Amino acid sequence: MRNSRRARWTFGLVMALGLAFVYVPLGVVLINSFNASTVFAWPPQELTTHWWTATIGNEGVRAAVLTSFEVGLVATTAALLLGTLLAFALGRYTFFGRHTLSLLVVLPIALPGIVTALAFRTGFRTFLGLELSIWTVAIAHATFCIVVVYNNALARLRRMGTTPEEASMDLGADTFTTFRLVTFPLLRGALVAGALLAFGLSFDEIVVTLFTAPPGVTTLPIWIYQNLSRPNQGPVVNVVAAVLVLASILPIYLSQKLSGESTGGGRL
Amino acid sequence: MEHREERLTAPVVDPPPVEEPARGSHERRLSAALFRRPRVRLAALLTLPTAWLVLVYLAALASLLATAFFSVDEFTNEVVRTFTWQNLVDVLSEPAYLQATARTVGIAAAVTVGCVLLGFPMAFYMAKVAPARWRNLLLALVVTPLWASYLVKIYAWQAMVQPETGVLAWMLQPFGLPGPGYGITATVLTLTYLWLPYMILPVYAGLERMPDSLIDASGDLGAHPARTVRSVVVPVVYPSIVAGSVFTFSLSLGDYITAQIVGGRTQMLGTIVYQNYTSSLPFAAAVALLPVAVMVVYLMLVRRTGALDNL
Repeated sequence: MRNSRRARWTFGLVMALGLAFVYVPLGVVLINSFNASTVFAWPPQELTTHWWTATIGNEGVRAAVLTSFEVGLVATTAALLLGTLLAFALGRYTFFGRHTLSLLVVLPIALPGIVTALAFRTGFRTFLGLELSIWTVAIAHATFCIVVVYNNALARLRRMGTTPEEASMDLGADTFTTFRLVTFPLLRGALVAGALLAFGLSFDEIVVTLFTAPPGVTTLPIWIYQNLSRPNQGPVVNVVAAVLVLASILPIYLSQKLSGESTGGGRL
Repeated sequence: MEHREERLTAPVVDPPPVEEPARGSHERRLSAALFRRPRVRLAALLTLPTAWLVLVYLAALASLLATAFFSVDEFTNEVVRTFTWQNLVDVLSEPAYLQATARTVGIAAAVTVGCVLLGFPMAFYMAKVAPARWRNLLLALVVTPLWASYLVKIYAWQAMVQPETGVLAWMLQPFGLPGPGYGITATVLTLTYLWLPYMILPVYAGLERMPDSLIDASGDLGAHPARTVRSVVVPVVYPSIVAGSVFTFSLSLGDYITAQIVGGRTQMLGTIVYQNYTSSLPFAAAVALLPVAVMVVYLMLVRRTGALDNL
């Protein structure tokens, strides 16, 4: 396509500025994790790897990571099941209330976070009469994770169409055999990508977690949040933050590999 | 490969079995029954997820709405289930809360504008200017920060905007300018940073769908590039921009952690909810209805653009 030279340069410049805007703060987090001083001041005067070794032995961080994993696994499993069922229902059938249902799936992440969080809290406590626990956190997480599994599965279902399944049926396979040998293998990559996204979303969620967790259930984001204002924990928070920045590269790399169409992370 | 060939050729060599195989015949009958009854299949697919969304989520929203009309026992601090308008009256009659609403909406609007101003050129560069082989890399570069922890990104911006010793203050020092410090500017910057990918992704998708020939035609007809962008590109991707804005606007409306960390004394609606939900859940619920009301109005305004079908 032909663009004028000046237009190309202008857009290229904004792109470069945008990437700098995106990556400079993350770079600062990485460098800061080696900052010898416990008080932040830019540029750092002295660098050390001491805080990295100190963080690995930190009990609080390890327990929080474990809790986050537990919540994430439960939420992802539930979201995987519910999201896939919904994708089949909405992708393969037309029925009354279809649009309402597709809106309902997006709503938990489209509504402001604090609203979803407070709604879950009042819903669990006053409507369902539940005591808050690690399970209420997982249930709430599962609810807003459904949409990412659903989006991924639906995109793949649309892309593959119904012809492979019809061919399988024509060749004499029944519904279950077709699902096992044709549909599921075609869908698998998208489901793994959706599950990764859901797990990442759950692992990262802070507002809904704060409102649905009882005292004592500390996920990693809650741990960071609680320790942000404690000056003597500063270096450990820096290292945890740096690890999270580095770790964020992994799921995007994997989900790109597994499913060409899946680019949406986070709430999208 | 060998195995596959064997399966493909098998029916030709052996005559197809006349009888159903005994193993799995239940499965086959069930499968046939399901095949004849699409409604049953649909019901089987829908029951579980619909029950979940209604019981867990819609019920939660309904109880939030109901709680906004309840009150709190002053002695036990328990929610009393008697209908009252008092919470809404309190929220709507106190100027401080209306100011907080206006401030929050203003911040959300500024964030959305910031995301469009920065995100649109980036998306355009990725979709229409950059060589095709760069596209996936650029896309990955833009999407990856979505995965970096939300809290870590706010924390990063605390280091950026920190007064006197922050990175921005250090960068601006040679020009004799101060850094932004904690406050509304820092809040808008941080939120723009957080939600930027939510704008870039839909706009990029919209631009990718737009044929290049439209831009060429506009150029051939003598339009200046700026004119092409204004009169051709922006109208075509407008629904995508609106779709992105639903996220940037809504996510900003409900945020309070950013304001807490980099906002200094900036109060957003979320801050008020957060400060009140332990002492008076009904009052917090009433405040939480404000961003919902704003979102409903916003969604109604943008509905006719058709952008909501893209969400």
